[in-house]
Amino acid sequence: MATHDFAATASHAHAAPQGFIRKYIFSLDHKVIGIQYYLLALTAVFVGMYLSLLMRIHLIWPTASLPLLGEIKPEAYLSLLTIHGTIMVFFVLTTAPQGGFGNYFLPIQIGAPDMAFPVLNMLSFWTTFLAFMVMLASFIVPGGAPLHGWTGYAPMSALQSSGPGEGLGADLWIISIALFCLGALMGALNFITTTLDMRAKGMSLMRMPLTVWAWFITAILGLLAFGVLLSAGVLLLMDRNLGSSFFVPMGTISGQLTGHKGGSPLLWQHLFWFFGHPEVYIAILPAMGLASQLLSVFSRKPIFGYKAMVYAMLSIGFLGFMVWGHHMFMSGMSPYSAFTFSVLTMAIGVPSAIKTFNWLGTLLRGRIRFQSPMLFAIGFVSLFVSGGISGPFLAQPLLDIQLHDTWFVPAHFHLIMGVASIFGIFAATYYWFPKITGRMMNEGMARWHFFISLIGTYAIFMPMHYLGMAGHPRRYSQLTEVAYLHRLIPLQTFMTYAAFITIAGQFIFLFNLIWSLKYGAKAADNPWEATTLEWTTATPPPHDNFGGHTPVVHNGPYEYSVPGAPRDFVMQTDPEVAATH
Amino acid sequence: MGLVLLVVIWLITILSTYFFIAKTWWLPVGASALAPAIDHHFTTTFIVMGIVFVAAQLSLGVLVWMYRDRKDSRKAEYSHGNIKLELVWTVLTAVLFVGLNLMSRDIWASERFRPADPGAVRVEVTGMQFAWYFRYPGPDGTFGATKPELEDASSGGEGALGLDAKDPASKDDVVSGIMVVPVNREIEVILRAHDVIHSFFVPAMRFKQDAVPGLAIHMHFTPTQTGDFEIACAELCGMGHYKMHGILKVVSQDEFDKWLAAREAEKQ
Repeated sequence: MATHDFAATASHAHAAPQGFIRKYIFSLDHKVIGIQYYLLALTAVFVGMYLSLLMRIHLIWPTASLPLLGEIKPEAYLSLLTIHGTIMVFFVLTTAPQGGFGNYFLPIQIGAPDMAFPVLNMLSFWTTFLAFMVMLASFIVPGGAPLHGWTGYAPMSALQSSGPGEGLGADLWIISIALFCLGALMGALNFITTTLDMRAKGMSLMRMPLTVWAWFITAILGLLAFGVLLSAGVLLLMDRNLGSSFFVPMGTISGQLTGHKGGSPLLWQHLFWFFGHPEVYIAILPAMGLASQLLSVFSRKPIFGYKAMVYAMLSIGFLGFMVWGHHMFMSGMSPYSAFTFSVLTMAIGVPSAIKTFNWLGTLLRGRIRFQSPMLFAIGFVSLFVSGGISGPFLAQPLLDIQLHDTWFVPAHFHLIMGVASIFGIFAATYYWFPKITGRMMNEGMARWHFFISLIGTYAIFMPMHYLGMAGHPRRYSQLTEVAYLHRLIPLQTFMTYAAFITIAGQFIFLFNLIWSLKYGAKAADNPWEATTLEWTTATPPPHDNFGGHTPVVHNGPYEYSVPGAPRDFVMQTDPEVAATH
Repeated sequence: MGLVLLVVIWLITILSTYFFIAKTWWLPVGASALAPAIDHHFTTTFIVMGIVFVAAQLSLGVLVWMYRDRKDSRKAEYSHGNIKLELVWTVLTAVLFVGLNLMSRDIWASERFRPADPGAVRVEVTGMQFAWYFRYPGPDGTFGATKPELEDASSGGEGALGLDAKDPASKDDVVSGIMVVPVNREIEVILRAHDVIHSFFVPAMRFKQDAVPGLAIHMHFTPTQTGDFEIACAELCGMGHYKMHGILKVVSQDEFDKWLAAREAEKQ
């Protein structure tokens, strides 16, 4: 049952709604839901970025009095850090690439009229939206947002008395994440079912665009990972409010007995990272799929090693569930386990290296067009390499002794799962904006945005490696107490200035996004001369995506510069040239 | 545009690499028996990964410049890849990554798979919000009992640890706010935490280990240079995390014996 003719059966079809609320708010249309996810992530990324700016200011000018906010206290720095991390990981990196673009384009790219379960799709968005509201609420309740970092290590996160923000703020933080998990689980079910059951005739698995493969694998990871985090969150709430002791052993806070006994702090870490490591791939896989897509489109060349790319993503997904212990080398976990996790972690570097090799191979002997989506795809490859290269340092327990919990770690994950993924989101925005809105984004602004972001990113995150090597622990709200950190303050100052400029550059993007909605040049149906199904339909796509007919697929997704073909691209639906491959 | 990209990517690569190679900011001075081995392996990994980094970035720059669309009649190559090259590359990276890992395994094993020597100097290190306390077992070689219900953070020292005065073994225990150890002797560290997780990090010793409530984690290291070395907390432990630091004082055996004897005398 891999293929259907949906125009004939129309079992999943629902009529286009007329009222404003059903059309734009509680919509069942995967395209509207995709845009809703995107706007949520866009809001979240600006909130998250603002929090990071406050942190950077506090690190350099700890006693500065800011307009409206006053002076940022050391504990407030930790609240900023916690909410920055949580918002960025969940509401940006998980939300935009998968919930946003995946929702909008997965059904179209496989030739389906909608997601398999439209109501579930709507529910998953609104659950995620609610989760975001609850997360923001943790800032305004008495005590403020929690201090325990996005990883929420117990017992700190499990004890209300462990610090300010660990009261109601921490409960809201956990509830928000639990809600997010629910939303993500619903989304994952939908993505998997849709990919397996709703492909158009001729869209075999090995003809799916790599973007679809990436969203599909990401959904499987989400299904397996978010359930575990959800359960861990529930246990944590029980420890905090019902007197259970899953994560808390006997102990005291400021000499007062906590009343708990027998729990294991390491259990939280195992559960958290069993989710947390696959989460890294949940954030980066869609960007990998997209980069593959764009490098091929804009090099006018088939992707180098399509099958290798698919198998590499599958093995990354598979191995991704066996490496969580590399976050725990210094936790008191058995040193034998550490060794095993280390070997598996190094092994996961192999498929990542294959992907990089294939991206470079795709550029080789291409005819590269430097339009904005391609600039960001190239930037993605550069950042992916730079972020990836620090992985084998952290993956070896021996070197992790020095580097664990220093700034070397934020350097690594910001480059690879943070900014590389965000470059994927930017690339996707420039690429699909014409299809979604019918207008092109401004290329001049896009170029400024690209170069400021690329150079700025390196200026912020490259120095973090140097800090880490010098032994600078992360999550320090002031740099004046420990003497050996003093000589590193100039580096921190440099990073703060770099952050100012990079963040300013993001407003070019925001302005471009809004300006182009009204003033952008009118987009053709296939402005990039790409081959996949979304470019065969009207702009913007009609309610049922293909205007009453179901596409039939004859070709793979990367038929560029086919010898003998009339143009340098062959649409997936083009029967004429099907014989050439 | 191809040329601009080439220049930007190359400049970023060269600048980043320069600061690593010039060692403007590098690992701190190593002062333990293990430090040279760790630093050596760090350098090996650094060279290997550095070559991969520079090669990948420089080729990215060259490729986007060389194969830019020049508006000539050249067509892009129609190729779906090259299995042979793919396999060579895969095997190479696998050998490289797993090889690096195996190289570091023996050092990791020698450090963490064996307990401390029986003759090691034993120090119990306890972390609590936001201080480190160090306890020595005294002449009897046995740590006295501690009880959570006796802990009184405000009293500092023995009170903060909840030392049970009724236990005869606790009579000669010495509790200190700084960690004093003799040079060139193996130090067995017994790590504990009262409240939340802390992490005992001595950069110069290339030593880091979390202190976890409910666990007593045994570790060891051997300082090879005398002097004062900073201890930092490396696991987020609350609002005072940034100021939870301490001093490790490495002295000669003589000085260490005198210091300990003086503290014993103070106590009696």
